[in-house]
Amino acid sequence: MAIPARRRVADIAAFAFATAATVFGLVWLAWILWTTLVQGAAALTPSLFSQMTPPPGASGGLVNAFYGSAVMILLGVIIGTPIGVAAGTYLAEHGRYTRLAAIVSFVNDILLSAPSIVIGLFVYELVVRNAGHFSGYAGALALAMILLPIVVRTTEESLRLIPDQMREAGFALGLPRWRVTRQILYKAALSAILTGILLGVARIAGETAPLLFTALNNQSWSASLNGPLANVPVVIFQYAMSPYNEWHTLAWAGAFVLTAFVLVLNILVRLLARKGKEQ
Amino acid sequence: MNETATALRVAPAYTSTVESRGAIDLRDLNFYYGTAHALKHVNMLVPANAVTAIIGPSGCGKSTLLRTINRIFELYPDQYATGEIIIDERNVLDRRYPLSDLRRLVGMVFQKPTPFPSSIRSNVAFALSYYERLSKSELNDRIEDALRQAALWDEVKDKLHHSALSLSGGQQQRLCIARTIAVRPEILLLDEATSALDPISTAKVEELIHELRERFTIMIVTHNMQQAARVSQRTAFFHLGELVEFGSTSEIFTNPHEQQTRDYITGRYG
Repeated sequence: MAIPARRRVADIAAFAFATAATVFGLVWLAWILWTTLVQGAAALTPSLFSQMTPPPGASGGLVNAFYGSAVMILLGVIIGTPIGVAAGTYLAEHGRYTRLAAIVSFVNDILLSAPSIVIGLFVYELVVRNAGHFSGYAGALALAMILLPIVVRTTEESLRLIPDQMREAGFALGLPRWRVTRQILYKAALSAILTGILLGVARIAGETAPLLFTALNNQSWSASLNGPLANVPVVIFQYAMSPYNEWHTLAWAGAFVLTAFVLVLNILVRLLARKGKEQ
Repeated sequence: MNETATALRVAPAYTSTVESRGAIDLRDLNFYYGTAHALKHVNMLVPANAVTAIIGPSGCGKSTLLRTINRIFELYPDQYATGEIIIDERNVLDRRYPLSDLRRLVGMVFQKPTPFPSSIRSNVAFALSYYERLSKSELNDRIEDALRQAALWDEVKDKLHHSALSLSGGQQQRLCIARTIAVRPEILLLDEATSALDPISTAKVEELIHELRERFTIMIVTHNMQQAARVSQRTAFFHLGELVEFGSTSEIFTNPHEQQTRDYITGRYG
């Protein structure tokens, strides 16, 4: 059966437009990865992960920055996740239909879209000024505050996606709410909640502004969180602004690793989400 | 209220107490969704150890009736019931009656199978280990016993640790029945429990209902008139939230007293 010419043209046009839009989106990502890779290639050696940030003119790596970022992200996740999951559970389960939950949900939306520099300044006032010095703890707290609303929202939404029938089935057996939530709903929502946490990690991994006011930076090795701590985003920021070529290269290499890390996290998220769907 | 229903109210209520354990006495039961009056002054005595079918057109309050008996409606704001539901000489609608006691006494199986996202074994073990402190071997025995009663044991005994979601729809529904009877309730509420199943699975569940009838008070809501006729001893016909007629199934289907019932079972409306 012949397809009318008009329909065929419309089909081709729609296909071309959709493809062009996809390519447009992908080009930037590929471009970013490519540029950082090319510019940072000289520094992408094993010493990047084994040597410290160097003084101008010397060669070195970013190991102290990677360490600082990893520790602060980890601590941020440890602080932000339990509170976020608990709050999300309150919004979706216990606080359903209550006024308080509606207010909390609204406030969470504001926190979700609060500029990260504001959170950095807040933690600076709260922790850094009172302690009298910059610290990794302050950095982790700032990251936790950025992660928190993301985890709250994804937990709430993934719990809400579970049909009420599942809850009713649990309650009909006489199980109390906390058991229904813990043993049934969390299991059903697990991959979605993990997805939210990973997306949150991807988000805080690249945050610069909140760390600039809290953890600052540290040229030398420091394992302690109770003092200024090197971290990838601030190192990139400072090195990229510097007049030294070696630092520029290191900044590019750091940017590449950071981008690749976020990309890998996102791929992990996709795999997790797919696994959740198969269930 | 017609004579048959009145007579039924009286007859089983004053037999020996052993026999009336698990009987459900609904007294002037009303139910509201906000301002919508969904059940209107329902008086009905559901006999123990028999299957009572609830039939009627969509929206007549059939499911609402079941949801009132185990108070599952309390999950939602703006839904409330008035009147009394007497089970084993206590009014279970009374707020002081503990919900977990009520729901242990009254099990419910829903229209769509609702297996929990965990293993077949834990689906049955969840509620069981909540109510009773059992040793591992006792727990295993109880799980096996429940799965046998639900006619599922032979199909799942070698894969108890597999995900319950891997079972077929019919098996999932029998698993839901198994985990419900595992805690040894007196009453089973089946809310269109076979309407999402294929004919073979439906036949299996019906057979199961037939076997369970001697140990439980069973109430089944169904849109399938043949099913009501096949599995139940008593049938109640509801229309617009009112109990129109309640009597023995054979009588309701062969010689109903009310014109509305006659019209419904002969397919003239509904």
